[in-house]
Amino acid sequence: MSAVTVQTTVEPLNFFEQVVAATPGESHLEACIQCGTCGGSCPSGADMDHTPRAIFALIKADMKEAVLHSNTPWYCVSCYYCTVRCPQDIHITDIMYTLKRIATQEGMVKNTPREKAKAPNFSQAFITWVENYGRSFELGLMGVHMLRHNPFGAFKIADMGVGLVAKGRMAFTPTRIKEFDSLAAILAKAKELEGSE
Amino acid sequence: MAEETRIGVYICHCGTNIAGVVDVGEVSRWAGELPNVILSRDYKFMCSSPGQELIAKDIKAQGLNRVVVASCSPHLHESTFRGACVSGGLNPYLFEMANIREQDSWVTTDKLEATKKAKALVAAAVYRVSYQKPLESLFVPMDPSVLVVGGGVAGVQAALEIANSRRHVYLVEREPSLGGHMAQLDKTFPTLDCSACILTPKMTDVGKHKHVTLFTWSEVESVSGYVGNFTVTIRKRARYIHEELCTGCGICWEKCPKKVLDDVFETGLGYRKAVYTPFPQAVPNIPVIDRPNCTYFIKGTCQACKKFCPTGAIKFDQQDELLTVKVGSIILATGYEVFDARRIPQYGYGRLANVFTSMEFERLTNAAGPTGGKVVLRDGVTTPKSVGIIHCVGSRDVNYNNYCSAICCMQSLKFAHLVQEKLGAQVYEFYIDIRTPAKAYDEFYQRVLKEGAQLIRGRVAEVTNEACLPGEDGKLIIQVEDTLIGKQRRIPVDMVILSVGLQARADAKEVAIKFGISCSVDEWFIEKHPKLDPVATMTDGVFVAGACQGPKDIPSSVAQGSAAAARVMSLIGQGEIEIEAATAVVDDGTCVGCKECIPTCPYQAISFIEYVRKAYINEALCKGCGTCVGACLSKSINLKHFTDDQLVAEMVGAMQTMKLFEAS
Amino acid sequence: MKYHYYPGCSLEYNAAAYHVSTLAIAGALGLELLEIDDWNCCGATEYISLNLAAAYALIARNLAKAAQNKATRQVVAPCSACYLNLRKCDQSMRESPKLDKKINTALAAGGLAYQAGSLAVRHLLDVVVNDVGYAAIAAKVTRPLKGLRIAPYYGCMIVRPDFEKSREVGSGKWRVGSGEWEAVQSGASTSSARLDKSAAGQSGAAGQNTASTSLGRLDKCEYPMTLDILLKNLGAEVVEYPMKAHCCGGHMTQISEKTGFEMIRRLIKGAVEYEADLIVTLCPMCQLNLDGFQGAMNRHFKTKYSMPVLYFTQMIGLALGMNASDLGIGSELVSSRAALAKIGVEAPAAEKPAAAKKASKEALPMPKMPDPTPALPIAKTSDREGGYPTPALPIAKTGDREGGVSPARSAAPEIAKSKE
Repeated sequence: MSAVTVQTTVEPLNFFEQVVAATPGESHLEACIQCGTCGGSCPSGADMDHTPRAIFALIKADMKEAVLHSNTPWYCVSCYYCTVRCPQDIHITDIMYTLKRIATQEGMVKNTPREKAKAPNFSQAFITWVENYGRSFELGLMGVHMLRHNPFGAFKIADMGVGLVAKGRMAFTPTRIKEFDSLAAILAKAKELEGSE
Repeated sequence: MAEETRIGVYICHCGTNIAGVVDVGEVSRWAGELPNVILSRDYKFMCSSPGQELIAKDIKAQGLNRVVVASCSPHLHESTFRGACVSGGLNPYLFEMANIREQDSWVTTDKLEATKKAKALVAAAVYRVSYQKPLESLFVPMDPSVLVVGGGVAGVQAALEIANSRRHVYLVEREPSLGGHMAQLDKTFPTLDCSACILTPKMTDVGKHKHVTLFTWSEVESVSGYVGNFTVTIRKRARYIHEELCTGCGICWEKCPKKVLDDVFETGLGYRKAVYTPFPQAVPNIPVIDRPNCTYFIKGTCQACKKFCPTGAIKFDQQDELLTVKVGSIILATGYEVFDARRIPQYGYGRLANVFTSMEFERLTNAAGPTGGKVVLRDGVTTPKSVGIIHCVGSRDVNYNNYCSAICCMQSLKFAHLVQEKLGAQVYEFYIDIRTPAKAYDEFYQRVLKEGAQLIRGRVAEVTNEACLPGEDGKLIIQVEDTLIGKQRRIPVDMVILSVGLQARADAKEVAIKFGISCSVDEWFIEKHPKLDPVATMTDGVFVAGACQGPKDIPSSVAQGSAAAARVMSLIGQGEIEIEAATAVVDDGTCVGCKECIPTCPYQAISFIEYVRKAYINEALCKGCGTCVGACLSKSINLKHFTDDQLVAEMVGAMQTMKLFEAS
Repeated sequence: MKYHYYPGCSLEYNAAAYHVSTLAIAGALGLELLEIDDWNCCGATEYISLNLAAAYALIARNLAKAAQNKATRQVVAPCSACYLNLRKCDQSMRESPKLDKKINTALAAGGLAYQAGSLAVRHLLDVVVNDVGYAAIAAKVTRPLKGLRIAPYYGCMIVRPDFEKSREVGSGKWRVGSGEWEAVQSGASTSSARLDKSAAGQSGAAGQNTASTSLGRLDKCEYPMTLDILLKNLGAEVVEYPMKAHCCGGHMTQISEKTGFEMIRRLIKGAVEYEADLIVTLCPMCQLNLDGFQGAMNRHFKTKYSMPVLYFTQMIGLALGMNASDLGIGSELVSSRAALAKIGVEAPAAEKPAAAKKASKEALPMPKMPDPTPALPIAKTSDREGGYPTPALPIAKTGDREGGVSPARSAAPEIAKSKE
């Protein structure tokens, strides 16, 4: 196994190229005909800053800030309707994941207002439990997330939480997998390789 | 000792097509130094008249006995330059062409490399041409009769043009009547004249034309032969009606007790009887008995039609007939079928009652249709107050048909007009792009806009009856992104029309094989040249017209029908057909009579002569494809103009040149 | 038939009922489930939003652990998100050698390795309908779910993204009459055709042949039928549920309540309008959203819906005559008691009196059933040996044009006019 070189700076990629390069497989993003099938199909499209179609136009116009500051990728619920309906076979859901990664990895989410940071923070909170235990932990996740973003809203769904606990559907402590050290080593290595060629 | 070889080489600039990439002057200079080359020139357009004259003049003045032109593809201009050689007094087979455009300048960006490749290609041609021999073409008489397959508007037009010039036409149609899809339509865009009114006179003319033999309810079974001399077998399916005795009085279908859903002409919206003509103006006006649905054929009883027929024309014992006709040329006008909207479940066709296809709507709005021209919902009574028309259903989509169906924009705009005119209903059109690129088409678009149609730019995501918002109950809701405002919209309507695209007929591939032509990936028939020979095919004597070649509206289909007829008439006018001289010949001395070659021939040109036990190749049938040459175990078959020494010389020329470049 | 079993985090607690019912029916259906040793979280849709290599490495560790046990090459996941993640990881590694190398480098740091394509990842529903088969299940039914109106709910990640789509369709090849279209149309998937063929010989070896190649599509991505047919084979009345493959919202309740609750509302409203007694699902996330958040959604919109949501494994268990309590029934927040009473099952009393009372007050209108017989004699069920006939989509070109309009809606009569 040869040494892995981490690419630092070559010629700065334009945003379109960056998105395509960071999306596994053939994204077909270049083929967008702006028909709006994605935007029409999206179950959370009504509440997005820009529809996915508009996001693709912004990407092609190299308007990186506008794309990465929009809530659009974070409102994607991964239902893949856009992907299967797209007449150009663009892997839209995968591109949304790419945009989320770029936004996170380039620190874009840190500067966003509290409300917009909700989704990235949720992902981060979810993953923190996984990275520390190997399994997810719903109670902890919801606790952290609720306290951070919606301390009063917690009451709204409190009876649900109580219900889940009463039915034995919520654990009070997280479970840690046996070979946690091995997993930690794998994840550390993977993070080191992220972004490398 | 043969005469001295004197070669002339001509390098074409093709404007900047070649000269922009290849250093033509250098290639010309270099070619002048090749063995036996007497002169070498470069010229701006070799295919122009002065260019051709240059060749003819040089042949005479310089005593050239071989000519090489390096230019475009032989598909385009081989016959042009062969003609130039002939006018200079040289046998056309002493000419060779090097393709330095399609195979070089168009596909190479590096100028140095392109020039090197041009040199190699020219050298190959120069080496080869020395070995070429004069060949004489064969002429066979041209049968002036014509077969037209398909009785839609394109086929009818072609048949009429040819028959009017007193040549005989055999017109074969699969359905019981001529007319095709056009007979089903209500109005035609952009002029809104009644489809039937302009079509039926043409159908009647063909039906009673003394130079047309009509085979309806028939299909072509097989085809053999070659341009000028085709033999065609036609299966005339049993109608169970005696065609001479039948007067078309209609008593049989009046009396027939069996109602059958008509899913062909009425697209499943109306009924016909088990004995029927598809529509009142059918040509010929002779019904057919639909055997699988006829009570007599199912149960052995009934015979109502037979009892009441005043001329005794009902013949239950009729059989299919196989008829053979001889023709010199063939026109295929087999048309299209519409995209099956059930393949897009999110549009709800087949599930949601009030989702219709464009063809269904044509029948609904047609005064002769199942509702007498009343546009109503599936319940048969309710008039819709709002209608959504969805463009590009099954078209421009890699999941279905990845092409634009060409007619749907105009068709949808026509629907918008009709709906507004007839019902005063609100119309919404959902489009990706509006495509109206023909005479008076865009004006029609503007007219529909002025009439108040709402055009929403966005491909519809789904049609649902699932009401989510107030005002949606009991409606069909069209969910779409209005891409011009970048917002999702839900638009409740009473009726949805899916403007379904066109696609090749399900059996297009089989038909293509039957007639020896080829299909594109989308199974449309492929024309010889998309621009310069749009109705001919790569098989001589077989032409295409109308939507079997690609999506097309009525004006284009009619134009192609006429064009195909003109091409056929020009062939007939020549009286005889020149057959390619580059054919295969069997060396009687070495042929062992193993018959290996016979099944390999795609043109059935090889026969076996029993009494000498040798293979024989009919030169008139041979297309010079060379398959038999490879199959021959005793190396007894030679393909004229593609002999071993010619091919070896060509390779030596190319490879020696490349070696030279490697060395330097 | 042996399978590596990947329960996923949800099935540990929140969807324990799914886990319990899966294990309960596995024996009866002849499925031997070998839980992957020391499995870890699949990362859901969250990890891949932050770090691609880490997300895939996390998933691949499960595959690597499974592959160590050579007893079988089939992996089964009951959770749709887990299923998609495992399958997508395997597929991406196969398609991109670069990614494969990266992931295996990471795995090596933990002393593991995974050869992409060496395992076949499948959803539990796929295994149940294609490996066990409709007919075999129908033959085992002792308590048909007769009179129970069920809205089958697939959600997203079992039917989408359709990996086979771009390869199979394209440019008009996929047309009516080709057989393939009809097969998918009628709910018989391409993968079932393939698996049936190999299962005819040696069912145990079925997976061996297919593990290295891409699996076919389980069902259509827009209007799937697999679960409908399964439930019909259990004797239930399956309602046409147009929302059946729509999205439950995933984690959206945590991101935007407004957006998340609206998605839940539409699904519940749809099922209520089609007069379903309950929704049956196959994904813990869908169940949590539709069941767990139903109360919060009701409060948000001031609605009073009470639609129970159970797992398909629980329905199979009931039809096979098992006790409700052995199938984890009763742990749903919206009680299924009233619904299950229709098939003579006494569900454990709901421990959440508030919700239960509400539910009984707002009980759904029950459609009148002609024959309230709780169970059919076993002999009768064997009549349908070939399973129920696959309910083809009502096709517009036939005389019967009533379409899929539910009994709750007025059926549209056909245009009944002949040519003048």
